[in-house]
Amino acid sequence: MTDFLFFIEVVVAGLLAGTMYSLVALGFVLIYKASSTFNFAQGAMVFFAVLAFVGFMELGLPFVAAFFVTIVLMGLVGFFTERLVLKPLMNQSEDTLLMATIGLGFVLEGLAQAAWGVEVRRLDLGIGDFPIPWIIDSTGLFISALDLTAGLVAAVLIIGLALLFKYTKMGLGLRAVADDAGAASSIGIPLGNIMLLVWTAAGIVALVAGMMWGARAGVQFALVDLALKALPVLIIGGFSSIPGAIVGGLIIGASEKVLEVYVGPFFGGGIEGWAPYVLAIFFLLRRPEGLFGEKIIRRV
Amino acid sequence: MNTNVVFMGYTRSDLTNLVVVLALALLVIPLTVESDYWYASILIPWLCLALAAVGQQIVMGYAGQLALGAAGFMAAGAFACFNLILRVPYMPFPVALALSGLIAAAFGVLFGLPSLRVRGIYLMVATLASQFFIVWMIDKFGWFKNYDTSGIITAQDIVIFGKTFTTPLEMYLVVVVVVAVLTIFAVNMTRGSTGRSWMAVRDMDIAAESMGISLLRTKLQAFAISAFFCGVAGALFAFTYLKSLEPVAFDIKLSFKILFMVILGGLGTISGAFIGAAFILLFPVVLNSLGNNVFHGAIDATIISAAEQVVFGVLIIVFMIYEPLGMAKLWENVKQRFNFKRAPTAALSKTQAT
Amino acid sequence: MVEARRFPIGEPILEVKNISLRFGGVRAITDTSFNVFRHEIRAIIGPNGAGKSSLLNCINGIYKPQEGTIALNGEVLDKISPNIVARKGLSRTFQNLALFKRMSVLDNILVGRKLHMSANFLSVALRLPEAVREERENRAKCEEIVEFLEISHIRDTPVGRLPYGLQKKVELGRALATEADILLLDEPMAGMNVEEKRDMCRFILKVNDEFGTTMVLIEHDMGVVMDISDNVVVLDYGKVIGDGPPDEVRADRAVIDAYLGVAHD
Repeated sequence: MTDFLFFIEVVVAGLLAGTMYSLVALGFVLIYKASSTFNFAQGAMVFFAVLAFVGFMELGLPFVAAFFVTIVLMGLVGFFTERLVLKPLMNQSEDTLLMATIGLGFVLEGLAQAAWGVEVRRLDLGIGDFPIPWIIDSTGLFISALDLTAGLVAAVLIIGLALLFKYTKMGLGLRAVADDAGAASSIGIPLGNIMLLVWTAAGIVALVAGMMWGARAGVQFALVDLALKALPVLIIGGFSSIPGAIVGGLIIGASEKVLEVYVGPFFGGGIEGWAPYVLAIFFLLRRPEGLFGEKIIRRV
Repeated sequence: MNTNVVFMGYTRSDLTNLVVVLALALLVIPLTVESDYWYASILIPWLCLALAAVGQQIVMGYAGQLALGAAGFMAAGAFACFNLILRVPYMPFPVALALSGLIAAAFGVLFGLPSLRVRGIYLMVATLASQFFIVWMIDKFGWFKNYDTSGIITAQDIVIFGKTFTTPLEMYLVVVVVVAVLTIFAVNMTRGSTGRSWMAVRDMDIAAESMGISLLRTKLQAFAISAFFCGVAGALFAFTYLKSLEPVAFDIKLSFKILFMVILGGLGTISGAFIGAAFILLFPVVLNSLGNNVFHGAIDATIISAAEQVVFGVLIIVFMIYEPLGMAKLWENVKQRFNFKRAPTAALSKTQAT
Repeated sequence: MVEARRFPIGEPILEVKNISLRFGGVRAITDTSFNVFRHEIRAIIGPNGAGKSSLLNCINGIYKPQEGTIALNGEVLDKISPNIVARKGLSRTFQNLALFKRMSVLDNILVGRKLHMSANFLSVALRLPEAVREERENRAKCEEIVEFLEISHIRDTPVGRLPYGLQKKVELGRALATEADILLLDEPMAGMNVEEKRDMCRFILKVNDEFGTTMVLIEHDMGVVMDISDNVVVLDYGKVIGDGPPDEVRADRAVIDAYLGVAHD
């Protein structure tokens, strides 16, 4: 029985950690939907956003103010990216765009470090990284308060965004743009506003993911590598699907924890470093379009 | 063009270039450059990384497969070389080097398999698996490191025909010879039917297939040969530059560096690999000495390394927008303009450069 | 074609039997059958969306039809893929140009020689004598093709920089370089002016006459079709509605309806 409880614990911890991958993947999907660009820089945006946030706090801004200033900053990053990188590369191949966003990632990482330094920052959200007593009492499960908060915040954010895009005019506009940007702008949908909104939304999810990770492990460069794991998530979920990003993140989060705990010891541990990628390869070979992606028919 | 061919399919200007480059590398530099710093810190790492970049160029620039994991194959090559020399009695260094390449090539085939189904970013993610997996494997299984617990193993001496190569100049000569030979092979392949098949797959895979090219064979071949080059480069890098073996030296950052060399140098040119490697390697050196000499250390080292990242990133974006074929193409344009002024006909009859 | 042909039309070389192709729920081709005879020039015509290109893509192994068989030289092709079909002696051009854009004209055509070059990568890397000889011989062959198509002046230009009409020629050159028994040409004259079309017709007839190459071409220009083809297949809505010599097909009621006006919806 305790074995089973332990298994549940591992899965729950994995799922909660997976919501973070979902968040990063979500930012990726938003931008992919709006501008058909694989934004490799999403991981760098996580790092950039949370470092900026901590930086603003250090300047003396209160929590909420720092949060909103950072969001504005991320909106600006998106605005300039759209203007200076994506627009000049319109009609270029996907590979070219991808490489440009790899460049963008380096720029953001460099800028963040130049502005706020490289030392590891502590980020105290006032939520402890320890098991919640009442859950232990009622179920016997050890679940960290930080994990649970992160999972809840991520869930709220994801649901909020999903509703926003499903039921608002802006959301309708976004879907029109995702379908055919040219046609959408020709019937008067404000392309610029939509892009700004999408980049800001991607900035918000990046910031929140960065804050949660930062609160646990410190705000540091390693966040970029952690965010890289959003890529296997996207492969499993499909690049253009919001539910895909969520489910993909949960799958990766849970399976990497389960593998690490139950299989890892046989190999000296550390397999969560590559397990998500190998998992993604298996998905690729079985279902290249992802769980929720549309099947691509190549026409000649 | 055919009329100019003088020997083994090479034109007169090919042979002139070859002689000039070899004379420079094997005579002029060894006779004039005395500083060990230049050999140990500039020339050797440049050549090693350029060789890895040639490998990346083959799979990405020629075969058009967006692979990101060169450092993983370098690690495989480096540790293969270490173990071959350690465990096989009388293993000569050149043989160990070649076998290391082959072992890396086997990994290349394995991790190239997803390329049969996917492309672009999908393939990039799949090849990232090789990067993380290979480095993890070497790190976790003590056998590969000969159960050394310190984490850093000293590389063995390079012994060829009883002679031990120890000084920076001697090591440089070993590296130059290996890199020169492999680069000639690479140029031959890219100019011949092998390279044409790669490029055909890159430019239009369905048409290539319709001409009788097997995508399976061609892609896996490109992955294997690419990984071979990276493997040999990794072994050289460990044995002549780092002089030690540690898995973390071959992390994802190195893979990105090699990717950048190829993108900035120019996709689809062998010379681009060398130009890109020189730039990526030298730019930080220049930036650092600027920081030290011009600003007398007033600028924080963090700022300098951050600035380096920003510049690389900006350059990639700028090149993608204005000259996707990179620095090699810029250089080509400059040469063309120069030639044109000198002799208009020469530029017009110029054949496609490789 | 008044004088006797050097290569008289012979037995069927390509037999398409009961091919059906669907994309999801959309039927692109329905139960289509026809034969192409050795050494003939065969045109496939039909309104836009009739399934002509899809048909070529099935023959060449790019699409896998759900039903039906395709036989080449009397051998039924199962498990077909483009490179296997190419090995069996069939080559093609594409409707929307499928050239190797960053490669030179000559290199593009040299790729067409792939199946005639057997040196492996090692002998290419080492420039062993056999690889050098093979390269020289095949280059010479491609130079001939370049000359035949009158595109020597652009032989070293990357094809991506060429105007459309010239690219079409290069694609024909690449298909010719394969020396296949049968060539599928998907709209070889689309977007060309009258003069270019005349040139293209001349090349097609000349190749057919000199080497006996069987040609299957999709073309919209009726004048061209009637002039150069021996037989015509008419497709409409993925079905064969006519098959025979140009004059017969032209007089056929169903064909006239499909082309001239009976409303399509």
